[in-house]
Amino acid sequence: MDWDKIRKPEDIIDVGKAKFGDTSKFLPWIIAGFIVLVSLKGLLYSIGPEEVGVIQRFGKYMRLSPPGLHVKLPFGIERVTPVPVKRVLKEEFGIRTLRPGVRTQYSAREYLEESLMLTGDLNILDVRWIVQFKVKDPVALLFNVRDPVENIRDISEVVMRRFVGDYRVDEVLTTKREEVDDLVQQEMQSILDRYQTGIQVVTVKLLDVNPPEKVRPAFNEVNEAKQEREKMINQAWEAYNKAIPRARGEAEKTIREAEGYSLDKINRAKGESERFLAVLAEYEKAPQITQKRLYLETLLDVLPKAKEKYVIDPEQSSILPLLQIGQKGGVE
Amino acid sequence: MKGTLKSIFRVFMVLAILVILAFMSGIVFIIDETKQVVITQFGKPVGKPITDAGLHFKKPLIQQANYFEKRVLQWDGDPNQIPTKDKKYIWVDTYARWRITKALEFLQSVGNEINAHARLDDIVNSATRDVITGHLLVEAIRDTNRILETEVEEADVSLAEEALERIEVGRNTLEGLILERASRLAPQYVIELVDVRIKRINYVKEVRDKVYDRMIAERKRAAERYRSEGLGKSAEISGQLAKELKLITSEAYRKAQVLKGKADAEAVTIYGQAYNQDPDFYSFVKTLETYRNTIDENSTIILTTDADYYKYLKGLK
Repeated sequence: MDWDKIRKPEDIIDVGKAKFGDTSKFLPWIIAGFIVLVSLKGLLYSIGPEEVGVIQRFGKYMRLSPPGLHVKLPFGIERVTPVPVKRVLKEEFGIRTLRPGVRTQYSAREYLEESLMLTGDLNILDVRWIVQFKVKDPVALLFNVRDPVENIRDISEVVMRRFVGDYRVDEVLTTKREEVDDLVQQEMQSILDRYQTGIQVVTVKLLDVNPPEKVRPAFNEVNEAKQEREKMINQAWEAYNKAIPRARGEAEKTIREAEGYSLDKINRAKGESERFLAVLAEYEKAPQITQKRLYLETLLDVLPKAKEKYVIDPEQSSILPLLQIGQKGGVE
Repeated sequence: MKGTLKSIFRVFMVLAILVILAFMSGIVFIIDETKQVVITQFGKPVGKPITDAGLHFKKPLIQQANYFEKRVLQWDGDPNQIPTKDKKYIWVDTYARWRITKALEFLQSVGNEINAHARLDDIVNSATRDVITGHLLVEAIRDTNRILETEVEEADVSLAEEALERIEVGRNTLEGLILERASRLAPQYVIELVDVRIKRINYVKEVRDKVYDRMIAERKRAAERYRSEGLGKSAEISGQLAKELKLITSEAYRKAQVLKGKADAEAVTIYGQAYNQDPDFYSFVKTLETYRNTIDENSTIILTTDADYYKYLKGLK
């Protein structure tokens, strides 16, 4: 061992001083630079275009700052909380959006504990809706209630259930949806204002309102029955429209035919009577001979046509045997 | 120049260290806008609660700052199964909003928020139970009698019997009653109940199944009604059709008969006028005409020799 080479503590300190002496001149500058950097970072802050910054100094609210780059006191003396006042936010009830987009995807899960509610006629409905809101007072929002979103969810459920509880199933399903939307929005706003949440409800919108799964087929049956009713009525009218105009036409035909009959009848009457009168006029000139002539002419026409002719004597008591004989061998 | 800079820097460093020491030792403390503070010295409260936000001072080491919320806080109860006055079992889920108004008393009698929630569980649940059991189911569901007063143009179903009850108080009023009762039970001046609301009311499972059955039955009834309405309406139209058909054909028949009758009558007049000139000749001519028309190749003619026609025949004999 070379004992001379072993350093005594004093030597080490001296060496350290000699080395450190150079750097110790720069040390304050390094620290100062570090502090400047830190304070610069805490000095400047920027507020986005849709936001407002709430500035607190030692926890106490000082001022609001509009969008842009601003300066504040560093080292945690002033603190800034950006609040998105221009953005419209949304809460969903009974559904959850998985991924918004052109074709928004919704969670397949059902949130029945949120969506099942009783209607005024003591039925059960599966009601889904959304609430859109924005911050109208960032100061109130930050300092008055602990969890503003939870408040919106709770109040929305309370109010929606209260109003649905005042309407019939049919009304909530169809005709009064918008009325319910409006009432819920107004009432929600008044409760939110009472809690001084600083939140503005933009819209409340009922989405799917359905009867519960188990009852749905029965509801569909009613709709089908309605369709069926319309169909039956239409079919009946169809038959009606098919028959009535035709019957009208046929009635017209009957009347026309009767008119034809009338003309025919009267013309015939006129014709025949004129003929008669004409004959009569001639007849009156020589009644006896004309009568005879007509008589004989007729017989001349008629007798040859007859199949059988019998001439009997009036004294003959019965003509029956004669006829029988004639018939038996008659047509041979 | 370099010396002054160095001394400024030294002063600054010392100040910074002092500030850090002040915070660390607890002389200085910060109260946020959302908080209030009660100072205690060895557990004993000192002075009034501090509700102003900002920078405050206290004695280090021996004094302690106890922070409490200043904001409105929420309490959400578990659903309770409660029977209504008309013996319907329902789940009632309530929430409350509350606030620590007197931080000092709160510290002494409640301590912290968890304890406060435990108390609210008791207070709000029992107030809810009292109010719900004292009222009908419809009173907890409906807010007004609107449903009885508005006419619906085409209701699929008539209202269930129990839903037709006219109510004096509605859901909103019940919430008010619960709040009132709970506030009376709440340790006064310590917890301020801002609001109590009924968040959800649902039937218990057995009742719900029965309600589903009833809803199905009601809908089936409505469906039957529509079908029978369809049949009825259809029959009505067929009836109308039959009636109009009869009307049309009989009307036509009547008109035709009138026309024919008139024509017949006119014909009779015409014939009468002509034939009246010489009735004998008419009957002679007409008789001859009937001979022509009635005798054909199937006819058998029997003539006696007395007939005019054989007058000459007989004469010769």
